[in-house]
Amino acid sequence: MAEVTVSVDGVKYSDHVEPRLLLVHYLREVVGKTGTPVGCDTSNCGACTVLLNGESVKSCAVLAVQADGAEVTTIEGLAKDAGLHPLQQAFHEEHALQCGYCTPGMIMAASDLLRENPHPSDEEIRAGLEGNLCRCTGYENIVRAVRRAAQAGVSA
Amino acid sequence: MTAETETAAPTAEFGRARLRKEDERLITGQTNWTDNITLPGMLHVAFLRSPYAHARITSVNVGAARGEPGVIAAYSGADFAAEQGSLPCAWPVTPDIVIPAHPPMAVDEVRYAGEAVACVVARDRYAAADALAAIEIDYEPLPPVLDIRTALQEDSPKVHEAGNRSFEWPFANGDVEAAFRDAPVVIERQYRQQRLIPAAMEPRSVVCSCVGGEFTLWSATQIPHVLRVMLALVTGIPEQNLRVIAPDVGGGFGSKLQVTAEEVLSVLIARKLGRPVKWTETRSEGNMTVHHGRDQWQRIKIAADRDGRIRGLDVDLLADMGAYLMLVTPGIPLLGAFMYPAIYKMDAYSFKCTGVFSTKMPTDAYRGAGRPEATFAIERIMDALAAELGLDPLEVRERNWIKHEEFPYTTVAGLTYDSGNYEAATAKAKDLFDYDGLRAEQQRRRADNDPVQLGIGVSTFTEMCGLAPSRVLGSLAYGAGGWEQASIRMLPTGKVEVVTGSSAHGQGHETAWSQIVADQLGVPFEDIRVLHGDTQVSPKGMDTYGSRSLAVGGMALVSACDKVVEKARVIAAATLEASADDLEWVPGRFEVRGDPDKRVTIAEIALAAFAAHNLPDGVEPTIDAEATYDPDNFSFPHGTHLCAAEVDTETGFVTIRSYVCVDDIGTVVNPQIVEGQVHGGLAQGIAQALYEEAVYDDDGNLVTSTLADYLVPSAADLPSYVTGRTESRAANRLGVKGVGEAGAIASTPAVVNAVVDALRPYGIDDVTMPCTPERVWRAIQTAQGKQSGSAAERHAARQSDQTQGNSPQGRDGGEA
Repeated sequence: MAEVTVSVDGVKYSDHVEPRLLLVHYLREVVGKTGTPVGCDTSNCGACTVLLNGESVKSCAVLAVQADGAEVTTIEGLAKDAGLHPLQQAFHEEHALQCGYCTPGMIMAASDLLRENPHPSDEEIRAGLEGNLCRCTGYENIVRAVRRAAQAGVSA
Repeated sequence: MTAETETAAPTAEFGRARLRKEDERLITGQTNWTDNITLPGMLHVAFLRSPYAHARITSVNVGAARGEPGVIAAYSGADFAAEQGSLPCAWPVTPDIVIPAHPPMAVDEVRYAGEAVACVVARDRYAAADALAAIEIDYEPLPPVLDIRTALQEDSPKVHEAGNRSFEWPFANGDVEAAFRDAPVVIERQYRQQRLIPAAMEPRSVVCSCVGGEFTLWSATQIPHVLRVMLALVTGIPEQNLRVIAPDVGGGFGSKLQVTAEEVLSVLIARKLGRPVKWTETRSEGNMTVHHGRDQWQRIKIAADRDGRIRGLDVDLLADMGAYLMLVTPGIPLLGAFMYPAIYKMDAYSFKCTGVFSTKMPTDAYRGAGRPEATFAIERIMDALAAELGLDPLEVRERNWIKHEEFPYTTVAGLTYDSGNYEAATAKAKDLFDYDGLRAEQQRRRADNDPVQLGIGVSTFTEMCGLAPSRVLGSLAYGAGGWEQASIRMLPTGKVEVVTGSSAHGQGHETAWSQIVADQLGVPFEDIRVLHGDTQVSPKGMDTYGSRSLAVGGMALVSACDKVVEKARVIAAATLEASADDLEWVPGRFEVRGDPDKRVTIAEIALAAFAAHNLPDGVEPTIDAEATYDPDNFSFPHGTHLCAAEVDTETGFVTIRSYVCVDDIGTVVNPQIVEGQVHGGLAQGIAQALYEEAVYDDDGNLVTSTLADYLVPSAADLPSYVTGRTESRAANRLGVKGVGEAGAIASTPAVVNAVVDALRPYGIDDVTMPCTPERVWRAIQTAQGKQSGSAAERHAARQSDQTQGNSPQGRDGGEA
């Protein structure tokens, strides 16, 4: 067992974990952050995307021990205040989700996309979210939502 | 982008783009997926799965696994043999259909790679997975059966003792022989409907607890009500002791319309151990063992006059059942049987479907279920007919389609289409698409020998949805009815609980149902809560599939609201001291006719019923009501979809340049939800045309077992869509038809027609799906070889056709 100390959504956790434990299972089953789902466990679908020290990672492709000393932000900690993060609001208003299973990962990936490129074109949004699969929306409204959040200046 | 402009601001909830009530929990990570559920003392199950497509199990020893750390139990099929029964097939389509026994866990023989052969129950999911390696199992391999075109031959290995034919289902109407005899034009084609993997984003997950003989099963399912009945029948557990809950469910697309081995086994394991258990599949497990879709060989023959008028149609299907018949496996191709004639008038039609077993994962419902296959074949051959006659593809369609003034119209397949306007949808789509401009550009590129050719694909589809009138289902030997249930609970504070038998998994029923009830009862949208997906909360239902929820479940809501109003009328009359006949219902209140100041609201009546102080004699102290609605007919959405595709003839790469669809789905409750359903359907249909295929190797192992191999498209792979609507009311009170599958049904032929249209000058009239760059490139090379190549090249092309098993007309080869 290895000891890890991780800050998740602003709260510090120290745990003894198996070295092979995936970060997403650590978040879901040790910390109790079930807002981050597992879609494929082979890093293809992006449903488990979180921010690790501010950059998006697929948490099924990271070991919990690799996150030792890091800050993790999940969908549950994205909104800084009581309300919704502008991306969450934009996904709601543009109907950018149906079943919602890909949504946490999609929003986290989009937040990293807008951090790197605050005013992306539609093509850049599509390319930037290439690693996140959605089976319900056909992506049209996801592109609209990210565009809307960008126009609202989400990265500022 | 949306081309739709709303004509007027809606005054009612109906037609309003309400933002979804569901979203708040979904965008904040508060969702209750099955895999999020943790119960005290809960154990985790992992399954060992067959690495062989077909083998006899000669020995299994789970003893060593029982000694692994954290392992509570390990079982083989023999441990369940006395109690596991057979997974159900609820649609025996013919009296002599072969329905083989389908044990949830294989005991003696495995018939597809991935079939469960043993399991471990452990303290956590890692320990359970680890201990699978300690199970000792020996197999004696048997020959796989992987090609249904040869599986019916005498010398083919058998999947089951009874042979590889499950059923043969014929249908005919009119004099087909006469229609084809002396017909000036006869075209025959064979089309391939490749095998698809539904790939809902949420993997399947099951949690089961057993306390004092009462079972609660949480499952990522579309069908909690059907599942409860089936579990009772399969396991013998009394139905009243079974509760099934579908919590938040992350997409289904038909794949969660199933009674699965893992659900049954989880119940049995929980009973054996007296402890709650959970099983959640990995994606590669899911790709192997969630039922697959499509997988048909379609031979279609059309007879026409020289002016393009269709005389008759003849369809002969081979449908791959996979290794067993699951819940509605054999019925899926038959849902297409009625749709081949589509929107066209003709004199005669014959259809035959042969269901064939193979050693692959069973097939079953996948978005559209039978209708996409039928629509693909008819829309592809209509293009072939147009090419043969030198007509524009839309022209040949218009010469045959049912005119708007001819509705209601009974088709040669025996369906009565209640409404539609194909002229209007097509005119609008052509306008949005710039049809004439794109045709002119296509001519220029052809004349210039542009290496990037432009193709225009047409699909004027219809479908049958709103499954279904129960008596029709009965006549087709389906094992259940097609009604839906709803109840309205009027709470003392004037708020409303709506209980629905529909079981949403992304469709937005909590929002749309609130809108319908708000209008019917005149209560605020915000005051309504929709309850669903738990057999204890919503005891009766037929669940969500086949674009049925609005056309059937929505109508049940309206019927229940009617009953609430009629009950309320009696109490209102007493309250207002007026005759019930003198009261006028204005949604939200009753007024005394001629004296509208004398009024009482529905909330006041709900409170009066709750208090029950001054009710007339014999009046029950409630205005709650429930209703069960059984539709008179299917509903028939339709539309015109137009796709412009650029095909790079040097690389074979296909790029969709523009996609326009105009759908007539009747009246619309929530245009934003409707547009989302259309988008998602388009994406899945385009994915079938260009990207997705479940591929087995020569030994029967699934090659496409991850999402790196099975190409669910990303945002970067798909175009932006232009959507529009026209509206002809369905013959139900709301005028609604259904929209869940329309996009997936219409778009596949539109895209492939565009690809083929681009390549027609090369002598190409088919490209097998998915139209990958390699297949398109090979089709071009083969065609050019045939047109101008050497004898050796022509020989190679012929060989390719034979080994790939394509039709004489086909120019490109079969499975990847």
